[in-house]
Amino acid sequence: MIDMTVDLNGLKLKNPVMTASGTSGYGTELEDFFDPSLLGALIVKGTTPEPREGNRYPRMAETASGMLNSVGLQNKGIGHFKEVIYPDISRYDTEVIVNINGNTIDDYLNITGQLVSMDKIRAIELNISCPNVKMGGMAFGTHSASAREVIREVRKAWPRHLMVKLSPNVTSVTEFASIAEEEGADSLSLINTLLGIAIDAEKRRPKLANITGGLSGPAIKPVALRMVWQVSKAVEIPVVGIGGIVSSDDALEFIIAGASAIQVGTGIFLDPEAPVKIVKGIEDYCKRHGFSNTEEFRGSFEDVAP
Amino acid sequence: MGKYVRDLTIKESRKAGSDLQLITLFTGQPFPGFLPGQFLQIRVDGSSDTFLRRPFSVHDYDSSSGELKILVHIVGNGSRTLAAMPPGESVNAIFPLGNSFTMPEKGQKVLLVGGGCGIAPLLYLGRKIVENGIKPQFLLGFRNSSVMPETRPYSELGELLIVTEDGSEGEAGFVTDHHVLKEGEYDRIYCCGPDEMMKAVVNAPAALNAGCEVSLENLMACGFGVCLCCIAETVRGNLCTCTDGPVFNSADLKWGQPGISCG
Repeated sequence: MIDMTVDLNGLKLKNPVMTASGTSGYGTELEDFFDPSLLGALIVKGTTPEPREGNRYPRMAETASGMLNSVGLQNKGIGHFKEVIYPDISRYDTEVIVNINGNTIDDYLNITGQLVSMDKIRAIELNISCPNVKMGGMAFGTHSASAREVIREVRKAWPRHLMVKLSPNVTSVTEFASIAEEEGADSLSLINTLLGIAIDAEKRRPKLANITGGLSGPAIKPVALRMVWQVSKAVEIPVVGIGGIVSSDDALEFIIAGASAIQVGTGIFLDPEAPVKIVKGIEDYCKRHGFSNTEEFRGSFEDVAP
Repeated sequence: MGKYVRDLTIKESRKAGSDLQLITLFTGQPFPGFLPGQFLQIRVDGSSDTFLRRPFSVHDYDSSSGELKILVHIVGNGSRTLAAMPPGESVNAIFPLGNSFTMPEKGQKVLLVGGGCGIAPLLYLGRKIVENGIKPQFLLGFRNSSVMPETRPYSELGELLIVTEDGSEGEAGFVTDHHVLKEGEYDRIYCCGPDEMMKAVVNAPAALNAGCEVSLENLMACGFGVCLCCIAETVRGNLCTCTDGPVFNSADLKWGQPGISCG
């Protein structure tokens, strides 16, 4: 009997597979393909205090085994979430985690304050790593003093599970992981997208209206795996792996590198059914290898020489 | 409307113009069908340079045989690989996606204007309009006669007017040079083609008193409303071309974005 549940530092998940913020809307969009309640958690799209229109079009460019996006946190704001989305998605029999964003610490506290009254939201993902906004976002997550301050303030205001989403666009990801742990984060998710650009040589123009964007997809998987490995050794709190996961093999690699759970992002664009296929693939792997839970092989890859 | 993720078998694939390939796919088990203007997201081969799915509008569909036609404009690696796939092979597709054109009311006079590969969705739209008891008029524009696909399917449905930039077929010039867009009177105009062409068509004299719907082909990643990449700037804010469109009332569009070519 395989027990697929995961205990993420007190946050109980029915399995280790989540959707990554900004890649599955509010979860309702996935209902055409599968029941979102089958997943370990849904991380709903990046939410800001005010409604945002995001960046100008074009917002995406396909790159080798991946894509750049510069969406820029287009969303209808926390007020819309509270009144329209939350009552609807509260019916899901899975954890709904809200990814929160802001220009200022007050913005983060504003959203956090409103989410406290929404009982169904047992966890938030503090996004200090969005590369596509001019203020806030990655500016917090790539500057250690700012990161410390925003995590500390949100921690004081949020009584339930606090997941901090880290940026890969730093010299030492473990430095930021340790800061988050010291400031009381319950878990870490990584990596957000890698900052990049794409150029149209014929027109000698950037492919994105925003010029820069965030790189995602299988192209970033080795970088993400390396960072998850480093971070999971550097901190005691659980790590949620993100970056180029499109199959259960990818997901398993992250767990073996040390991740307690994983998020599927760009993989959903390729195959909207990928998250449920990954749950099944992990379960099959456990059966084949005689594991009763993913915890039995998490972080195990250095136990055996190649 | 439910969505399907299926492997579709290629039944036929043939060259339809110097840079067009007409591909017939078998949609498998019966499903509720396509509305005119809807599209599919096709995974070409998942290789590193054709990583994302490609959107293709429904060119024609026959519910009794389950056969679907797409008109592929060969512009890059994805379309080139797809066009080279032989019958018998299959491609994974998500469908049906997007909204649809609004059907005209009985007795209305309608014009369907297409440019280049933008003619693709107008055949199925024309077929549905004919089923509703209206005979449509088609105005199709191409660079020259060599890039034109066979136009008989259009002329079988309604009056067909052809324009080529070099005059090698039909009248010379752009679709907006044609007298029907200057002096014609229509209740509805449907348009699909390059952005610059659609902008010109919806501002043509004949379009001023008609309801105009245009079909956009913005760059998209997912095709089902989660990535928020394919937005169109509208009077109602940024909307997803894949779920709020691809068909928009031209009066709602701000046309704030640079022109995007087909493919």
